[in-house]
Amino acid sequence: MSTTSYNSNPILRAWYDKETRSVIVQVIAMAIILAFFAYVINNAVINMANLGKDISFSFLWQPASYDINQTLIEYSSRSSHFDAMIVGLINTLLIAAAGIVLSTIVGFILGVMRLSNNWLTQKIAYVYIEFVRNVPVLLHILLIHGFIIYSLPRPKQAINMGDTFFLNNRGLQMPSADFQPLFWAVTATFVIGLSFAIWYRRYAKKLQDTTGKISPVWTISFIAVIVAPLAIYFLLGSPIEWDVPALKGFNFKGGMVIRPEFIALWLALSLYTAAFIGENVRAGIMAVSHGQTEAAHALGVSSSRTLRLVVIPQALRVIIPPLNSQYLNLTKNSSLAIAIGYMDVVATIGGISLNQTGREMECMLIVMAIYLILSLLISAVMNWFNDRIRLVER
Amino acid sequence: MSQEYAPGTHPSLPPPRGTTGPIHWLKENLFSSPTNTIVTLVIIYLFAQILPPMVDWFFSDATFVGENRKACTTDGACWAFVGDRFNLFIYGFYPAEERWRVNLTGILLVIALAAVLWDRMPARKQMFIYALAFPFIATWLLTGGAGLEPVGTDKFGGLTLTLVVGITGIVISLPLGVLLALGRQSSLPIIKYFSIGFIEFIRGVPLITLLFVASTMLSYFLPPGSSFDLLLRVLIMVTLFASAYMAEVIRGGLQALPKGQLEAAESLGLNYAQAMRFIILPQALKISIPGIVNTFIGLYKDTTLVIIIGLLDPLGIGRASVAHPDWLGLSSEVYMFVAVFFFISCFSMSRYSLYLENKLHTGHNR
Amino acid sequence: MKLINKVFTGLAMTAMAAGVAQASTLEDVKAAGELKCVVSTGVAGFAAPNADGVWEGFDVDFCRAVAAAVLHDANAVKFVPTTGKTRFTTLASGEGDILFRNTTETLSRDVDLKLTFLPVNYYDGQGFLVPASLGVTSAVELDGASVCIQTGTTTELNLADFFRTNNISYEPVAIETNEEGLTNYVAGRCDVYTTDVSGLAATRSKLDNPADHVVLPDVISKEPLGGAVRHGDDQWADIGKWVVNALIAAEEMGVNSKNVKNLASSAEGKLPAINRLTGAEGEMGAMLGLSSDWAVQAISAVGNYGEIFERNIGVNTPVGLSRGVNAQWKDGGILYAAPIR
Repeated sequence: MSTTSYNSNPILRAWYDKETRSVIVQVIAMAIILAFFAYVINNAVINMANLGKDISFSFLWQPASYDINQTLIEYSSRSSHFDAMIVGLINTLLIAAAGIVLSTIVGFILGVMRLSNNWLTQKIAYVYIEFVRNVPVLLHILLIHGFIIYSLPRPKQAINMGDTFFLNNRGLQMPSADFQPLFWAVTATFVIGLSFAIWYRRYAKKLQDTTGKISPVWTISFIAVIVAPLAIYFLLGSPIEWDVPALKGFNFKGGMVIRPEFIALWLALSLYTAAFIGENVRAGIMAVSHGQTEAAHALGVSSSRTLRLVVIPQALRVIIPPLNSQYLNLTKNSSLAIAIGYMDVVATIGGISLNQTGREMECMLIVMAIYLILSLLISAVMNWFNDRIRLVER
Repeated sequence: MSQEYAPGTHPSLPPPRGTTGPIHWLKENLFSSPTNTIVTLVIIYLFAQILPPMVDWFFSDATFVGENRKACTTDGACWAFVGDRFNLFIYGFYPAEERWRVNLTGILLVIALAAVLWDRMPARKQMFIYALAFPFIATWLLTGGAGLEPVGTDKFGGLTLTLVVGITGIVISLPLGVLLALGRQSSLPIIKYFSIGFIEFIRGVPLITLLFVASTMLSYFLPPGSSFDLLLRVLIMVTLFASAYMAEVIRGGLQALPKGQLEAAESLGLNYAQAMRFIILPQALKISIPGIVNTFIGLYKDTTLVIIIGLLDPLGIGRASVAHPDWLGLSSEVYMFVAVFFFISCFSMSRYSLYLENKLHTGHNR
Repeated sequence: MKLINKVFTGLAMTAMAAGVAQASTLEDVKAAGELKCVVSTGVAGFAAPNADGVWEGFDVDFCRAVAAAVLHDANAVKFVPTTGKTRFTTLASGEGDILFRNTTETLSRDVDLKLTFLPVNYYDGQGFLVPASLGVTSAVELDGASVCIQTGTTTELNLADFFRTNNISYEPVAIETNEEGLTNYVAGRCDVYTTDVSGLAATRSKLDNPADHVVLPDVISKEPLGGAVRHGDDQWADIGKWVVNALIAAEEMGVNSKNVKNLASSAEGKLPAINRLTGAEGEMGAMLGLSSDWAVQAISAVGNYGEIFERNIGVNTPVGLSRGVNAQWKDGGILYAAPIR
């Protein structure tokens, strides 16, 4: 046999030993990886030295000198590049959060429509999903943005909705709230109502566990959280002053505005992602065997409670993991904002700031780090949620 | 009057009345309950409201031929730019007298695709070798050299660019993805953590930041004085990007296989490479086909992002066209046109994946 | 450890060697046989591909002049189109040898972005384009307007300063390219489009009814536009600088694309200044590291400054710019080429 032949060669012998081999392979791999990084970094250092550049983040505290249209925090052209970055980051977070909410809602509706027993509903959802999924998201963004700026009327001819809301191609103008001192009472009622609702929910569950009695949790919560604060609000004589927009000169003044860039990006990202979520939801619901529903019905559980307590919890286990990556995609796709001029983090620090300061290395590092952190955060939240709803095996 | 039948010879009776036919189908699928009936009627009403104007805009009132925007006098869409700019959409800025090379590459591509995708292709073995050689032939044909007039990659654009980026990315990202997936599953910690780090980094950042790095900063990381083609850099980034996603899809396939498969392979004396080659990967890849095709479609759609760094794919050409004085302001038409183009190509890919899934669906249904 | 050190030193050495080898842009350009010229993605009259995909325009002609001076072939140019955002990185990374992209010379660009600016070839300033129907006559009346700005330029900084100084509000709409700005302006997303006056004239010429749009008289900034090269290669910077000077000087001396060959044929009876320009006298070409007929090559390829101007952006073109301050100093402008001697 060949055993003797290879045993006699120490190198071969070492190679055929699993432990040794894995060490050798890893040392080689490590060496290659290190050499590669050393080479690349070395190149970068030499190249930057040749160009007389260095890496420094001190530019972040210089005045940015440019204006941003959508600022949720105090910002002016005298603020620093760092502030511009924060403004951009908040805009990114806003679009991501709004997109996640809307895409989830539309996605669930689509998923349910796909399983509807009405043939038309089913086919509409099918055609929608197939069309939207197979067209690049950038096109959706441009298409919707183009539609808004070309089809909606200009400010002078704005669509007037009861003199409070105005829709035009500069966005949706709406009143903004100016809170009066008395408003704290409404806030306080809301907080108390919310705490009560949470307590009541727990109490009702305990009651049901011990006695089997079902309490009207939803009605009571609704009264505590919505109706009570509203009642207080009107009792105190509406302690909010509304700043209603009015046409003045070129644009509407006062109130607040949702800009067409935001609307286009938000709708495009949500409707695009919703098509994928719709398919996930459909797969999730299909994964729950029909026997579950039948068993619930046999136990006399009502249809809506069956859906809520039996089908959805089981379907969610299948839906959540792919949902996570859809949310991540949506967040990353929000960087396409740059195509239509929505001032997100790529457009501020990774765009204008980068260009004004010429610090492309630093700016791109910051942008990438921000997206990596956002991705990790979303994954962490979704994993936590996933763990909560996971089947607990006993 | 009844007739006698020997056992087993009685002709099938028609199904009971009202359980077949269009009426029954309508009843079952559209009007099965009051809610359903209302939903159906509402949808039909909406269709009646929305569809005719849309058809008018798209077809009846549309203008299909014309020199410029002034030719479009009707209310509908102005498709005339498609004809005017057709060559730009297909070839980009490829020199007019060399366009036959793009056409030839296209024909060769169809043959190569047929060899790979269609299993009843005559002489499939030889055709497969041809398909392997195709990328090199295509590179030579498109960029020139060795007897052909060289054409710079800055001349690539339109559909040509999309296909070059899409197909290169698809072809190279699959093997890279397999390697990364195996790396991530590896028992060797260094390889494993390197793979994880790479995959998670790439998946954590948006593609446009990577493209931006490719277009402006990659030369910092190359030896001083060397610079290489922008398109090549974009191809590298797009491929790396797709391979990270591919790796995750294939990892899913690998994890779905029972551990017994690898153990059985090892107990038969197969080494790691053999076990992967003959036992694990064929099964894992088969399970991953839907995911792989989805990644392909994603990659193909992502080729539109190259306009952000100044390469002109069909979308870029379209946007440049609507800024031209002749066609100013036709953005809806341009975007619709490009959308239909992407829809057709991506939809066919997903259909092929379904077909493949069904064809390979062997043995697991008992 | 020692081995690794050696490997690294080796790598560094090779890298350095390569770095030294590429130090001369002139050598690189000559070796490549083409000039990589950074231009814009499309500003009518300044740099834009025509229907056949051939680049044309004011900036493009300066690229061609440099290529003609260096390589004796005005067509040996590879045009690298860039957005306002990518132009400097493109130049810095070596993807371009020279930049002619209506770029304003500023201190921070010169010093911090490590550029060396060539002489100004167009004196510009930032202005506003508005629909005539708005009835606006001055930029200070723009309170509350939506303004489309192209990002990556000095424009957004000037604009912020202008509105701040005049204490009026505006809504900035940042866009990436000139085309997009045009689309937004036409759709009425913005009331005003702002960029350099030359760019506004070019943009206006593309509109359906140019007469329906006016460029406001206010010019809110100084924009001396010029070419640029990377810091650190003085020879190359000199070549760029003197090609531009030669084109301006040629107009001043009445040398143009038609008579330059003739003037160069003999030194007899010509003005000494013309002889120095055509290389018939002195060693100007050799000092730059070029052939003695460098300026003749450039001028015969694209013409003198005046010819370039009139052909691309002059009053008889769709862009329709008058010379204004860009006239020769003798004609009351501020174009003043340093003497070639």
